[in-house]
Amino acid sequence: MLSKRTKSILNLIAIVVLFLLLWWADVKLDPFSKRILNVMAIYVIWAVSLNFINGTTGIFSLGHNGFAAVGAYAAALLTMPIYQKQMIFFLKPLIYPLNSIQIGFLPATLIGGAAAALFGLLVGAPVLRLKGDYLAIATLGFSQIIFVLANNFPSITNGALGLKGIPPYTNLFWSWGWAVFTIVFIGRLTASSYGRALKAIREDEVAAEAMGIRLSTNKILAFIIGAFFAGIGGSLYAHLLTAIDPKAFSFFLTFNILIMIVIGGLGSITGSIIGAISFAFLSEWLRFVEAPMKIGPLTIPGIPGMRMVIFSILMLVVMLFYRRGIMGRNEFSWDWFYILYKKLTIRRKKQPAKRLEEKQVNVEPKEVKAEDE
Amino acid sequence: MNIQLFLQNLANGVSLGSVYALIAIGYTLIYGILRLINFAHGDIFMLATYFAFYGISLLFLPWYVSFTLTVIAIALVGFLIDRIAYKPLRNAPRISALITAIAVSLFLENFAIVVFGGRPKPFPVLPELNKMSLIGGIRIQNLTFVIPIVAILSLLLLIWILFKTKIGMAMRALSRDIDTTKLMGVDADKIIGFTFALGSGLAAIGGIMYAMKYPSIYPLMGIMVGLKAFIAAVIGGIGNVLGAALGGFFLGVMEIMIVALFPSLSGFRDVFTFSIFIIFLIVKPTGIMGESMEEKV
Repeated sequence: MLSKRTKSILNLIAIVVLFLLLWWADVKLDPFSKRILNVMAIYVIWAVSLNFINGTTGIFSLGHNGFAAVGAYAAALLTMPIYQKQMIFFLKPLIYPLNSIQIGFLPATLIGGAAAALFGLLVGAPVLRLKGDYLAIATLGFSQIIFVLANNFPSITNGALGLKGIPPYTNLFWSWGWAVFTIVFIGRLTASSYGRALKAIREDEVAAEAMGIRLSTNKILAFIIGAFFAGIGGSLYAHLLTAIDPKAFSFFLTFNILIMIVIGGLGSITGSIIGAISFAFLSEWLRFVEAPMKIGPLTIPGIPGMRMVIFSILMLVVMLFYRRGIMGRNEFSWDWFYILYKKLTIRRKKQPAKRLEEKQVNVEPKEVKAEDE
Repeated sequence: MNIQLFLQNLANGVSLGSVYALIAIGYTLIYGILRLINFAHGDIFMLATYFAFYGISLLFLPWYVSFTLTVIAIALVGFLIDRIAYKPLRNAPRISALITAIAVSLFLENFAIVVFGGRPKPFPVLPELNKMSLIGGIRIQNLTFVIPIVAILSLLLLIWILFKTKIGMAMRALSRDIDTTKLMGVDADKIIGFTFALGSGLAAIGGIMYAMKYPSIYPLMGIMVGLKAFIAAVIGGIGNVLGAALGGFFLGVMEIMIVALFPSLSGFRDVFTFSIFIIFLIVKPTGIMGESMEEKV
């Protein structure tokens, strides 16, 4: 096992390397690839935060699109230039404090996250008393309510027309910076005593309560933290697309995030990251299935929507045959390399296999078996 | 609003409510036995409208043949979905089954977009059902009467199956306790498959009637209707067939009435529906007619 200090140093090195790579990508890559990388980071933020709610705490929420929408609208309304707001709000003028302020990207994003967290509190307080599938439908209902409100309050959201001309602030450093922050924050939180309390709630609510864990406070806090990062992701998304409307945040967004975390492995941050990155990558790479194809003399016209069919089949197959997803509930650890290194060196020294087994048992993560109920 | 307009809206509400009721029954039957929200139920409803549409427009079948074949085909689809997607997960945690149901629903929606096309299609209008009748001073489409009548007939048939036949008895027993019922020699998987077929068949009837009333069909039409029917099932008391029907009628009438009484709020219709749902879940989670279910430790 590596010491905690070594691991922190390795983490720091990894982050520095990531940003060096991003710097290289920012200089060298074309706008299209950069856009995919940005989307990837935003998916990572969404997936990690939804996984924190659904996988770690075991609250099956389907409301992430609603929180992302709140964050996106709040931040976009704060960063848009005043003349731009006057131009696009021709149905009804924008209400007072919003129509005369313009602030920077970072404070706007933070306010967007805070607004989403506030909605998380409003939604969570009544809904988190419910359990399991009722809770799923109730959160879905709330995100649908947010969707309807966004469509019907033209003096704040400009109705179905949406917001146009949002300044394109999102770049690789912002998006991946926030993604790294999300991963580190939620990772540290999951590893803390608070995170263990949440996992206890996931495994058995009654037993957790008997151990002195306050169910409602913990659940609502987890929900609010998840909503906060959904809002941050929404803000980044709005400043990447530069034009948003309520349709961009329909519940298909939540379902996409759900596909990511289910394929990655519900309950694993590493899994969510892998799921999000592969989803973003695959949805670009699979574009060829929707393009017109030529097989000999035959020309097959393009089939729009084929990618989502593939994704939904993939999700179905994972659920039916490989329910743990790619990572199960395991997390990435630098110890993997250490163990690999040890294995290689031990094999070279031809030590008895028994010692090796002992070592492996020591570093196995002490996870509770992955079945609820 | 005068009394005639009120009655006209009431009739419209009842006919929308009958559609909700038919779909809600499917949810309630399956939830009663498996404790699973069959997310794909709304999409089965959507498939039914497309099957009926293609039966008439592509195969040139007379409408009654097309509708009958659709109901049978959709019942088969429901059965197959259970066999392929839900049966392997019978002993899995409930959340896994729910995620699978969401995956099935996503698959059906995207499959429909690819195969049927994303653009809305006009459902054929039957002249004999679209005639206007003048009753007591109000002009009402014949369809508005036919829909509740068909719904009530289907409901009576269902109640007959549930309470007078052997298979119905097995279904009721399963909803009490699956393991004990199995020990009594009931083939649980067969009965559950039949339940799926029955629920899907009712959804198909609802789908055809919905498409006749609102003759524009598109691949994502099942999402909202499905969600609302589920809400109706919860309001009525999930697991209870009569409750689901009552919940459906209640929700349909309420939706139409809100728009009729407060036209300025018509954009917020869904907000009302979902708010009622959440209020019900918090105040009376067992619904109007449901029995209380204690959570076992």
